Amino acid sequence: MAIDLKNLTIKKAHEDLLAKKYTVLELANAYLENIKKKDSEIHAYLEVFDDISAQAKVAQEKIDSGTAHLLTGIPFAIKDNILIQGKTASASSKILEKYHATYDATVIKKLRDVGAIFIGRTNMDEFAMGGSTENSAFGVTKNPHDISRVSGGSSGGSAAALAMDGCLAALGTDTGGSVRQPASFCGVVGLKPTYGALSRHGLIAMGSSLDQAGTFAKTVADTEILFNTLAGQDKMDATTLKSDTYAPSPIKKSLTIGIPRHAMEKGIDSEVLSNFEKTIKQLKELGHTVVDITLPNIGYALSVYYVIMPAEVSSNLARFDGVKYGLHVDGKNSIEDYFATRAEGFGKEVRRRILLGTYVLSSGYYDAYYNKANALRKKIGNDFVEAFKNVDVIMTPTTPSPAFKIGEKTNDPLSMYLADIFTVTANLTGMPAISIPSGFTQEKGVSLPLGIQMTAPHGQEAILFALGKDFLGEK
Amino acid sequence: MEIKDIEKLATLARIRISDEEKVTFLTEIDAILKYVGEIQKATLGASHTEVGAVYNVLREDGLANTPGQYTKAILAEAPEVAENCIKVKKIL
Repeated sequence: MAIDLKNLTIKKAHEDLLAKKYTVLELANAYLENIKKKDSEIHAYLEVFDDISAQAKVAQEKIDSGTAHLLTGIPFAIKDNILIQGKTASASSKILEKYHATYDATVIKKLRDVGAIFIGRTNMDEFAMGGSTENSAFGVTKNPHDISRVSGGSSGGSAAALAMDGCLAALGTDTGGSVRQPASFCGVVGLKPTYGALSRHGLIAMGSSLDQAGTFAKTVADTEILFNTLAGQDKMDATTLKSDTYAPSPIKKSLTIGIPRHAMEKGIDSEVLSNFEKTIKQLKELGHTVVDITLPNIGYALSVYYVIMPAEVSSNLARFDGVKYGLHVDGKNSIEDYFATRAEGFGKEVRRRILLGTYVLSSGYYDAYYNKANALRKKIGNDFVEAFKNVDVIMTPTTPSPAFKIGEKTNDPLSMYLADIFTVTANLTGMPAISIPSGFTQEKGVSLPLGIQMTAPHGQEAILFALGKDFLGEK
Repeated sequence: MEIKDIEKLATLARIRISDEEKVTFLTEIDAILKYVGEIQKATLGASHTEVGAVYNVLREDGLANTPGQYTKAILAEAPEVAENCIKVKKIL
């Protein structure tokens, strides 16, 4: 039978699998056929795995024996910086092109334990640095809605794989918007959970105080299933939350939504703004209250982010030296090996950020940049805590524009960085944020998806799910 | 910032960069630093030394894995191996 992939959700697929409308292998094969048809053009996947039928067999046994979980047999796309034991994990970098993961990331282990299917690993900006996948060492991922445009990034492959029906759910990582921005560009739901909600064990580190694994799904209800399965304390990541780190808030039927209008005065496309106003109107009609709020230090957020992140990048990427694993380029002596390996293995954006991070951490500039940025980060966090005394959710557009053209920003790194303006704050504060499709804009006859971003206080993902489902009309 | 500053950063970061790239990095990093330099204008009250709700801790010292559990898999990823060890160049 032909499976209607376009309208399929995790919930629906789970019911169908239990009702034996199709088998796990038939479901996986339906996606594989679609990948075969579409991915030579889109290039969402770096590799489609060759052991899917063996994985499907394990999942089918769980279903047949009545021990299925909601995610048993659900086909996943996995960003290439999340380790799957025995599989290549390149982070879309030449320096790790031939590296095989020696263990499972905790989020992978959790999916494996419930019998989820790993379809393949997806393209990304090298080491998650970028917002378009144009920084991948292995080519750009095109947007399934318009192949002349980027899919977003850094988790662009995962977002595009889902949007083209090349999987039913996907994992990404989000350091400054790398799940939410591609989700917005590709018209799917993207969640960056509270810092520490999901284990970072087995994620290739970029900025360790900012990194968080995130999810892609077509609906908020599916996102909630993914979050509930993947969240939890992990002894392999000391920064994971205990069940009582943040007390859950009761969810009110009518929520108060705060809008930081003062942060939206310039640099935002008019179609994005009018879509945002439409969203506000819809939320009011659903019985929610919308108020203006002020976040006094938010104007510094992007600058703070682009000091702290490269600082952490330069430290984290010092481990790639051509000695223990990955690419090795031979020099005259061992120190020359480092210089040669890192020159050949790292792409331009990665080298640029390592140099920038080295600068802000170097003696003489450390106080003026790194320390100052950390102090301001704390202030920005306090601004949000203050604002959340009066509102339940803070809402902005996810991105200042719809998906941009491939090549449009490649020669101007700063203009690429400015696209992160709304997303970086959730990483600086550690608060959860979700991007939800809010409609389309027409550009030269092509419909491009737009998204809104909702942020909640630490540990309050449930509020985002409730409001998101209400907004999208999900039960 | 000058070319020699970029060269110094590259040396600190152990990355070789071409002369041509030094020029583009100089322009780009200068522009980025000018942008992020905005933070100098901010006045500060709060201290950044407070510990948040989550922080790194070290586990108790002890055997975390069975000895040799990952040896084979890890050595298989090393560029050069000799007798169960990762081979490196002489440093003295």
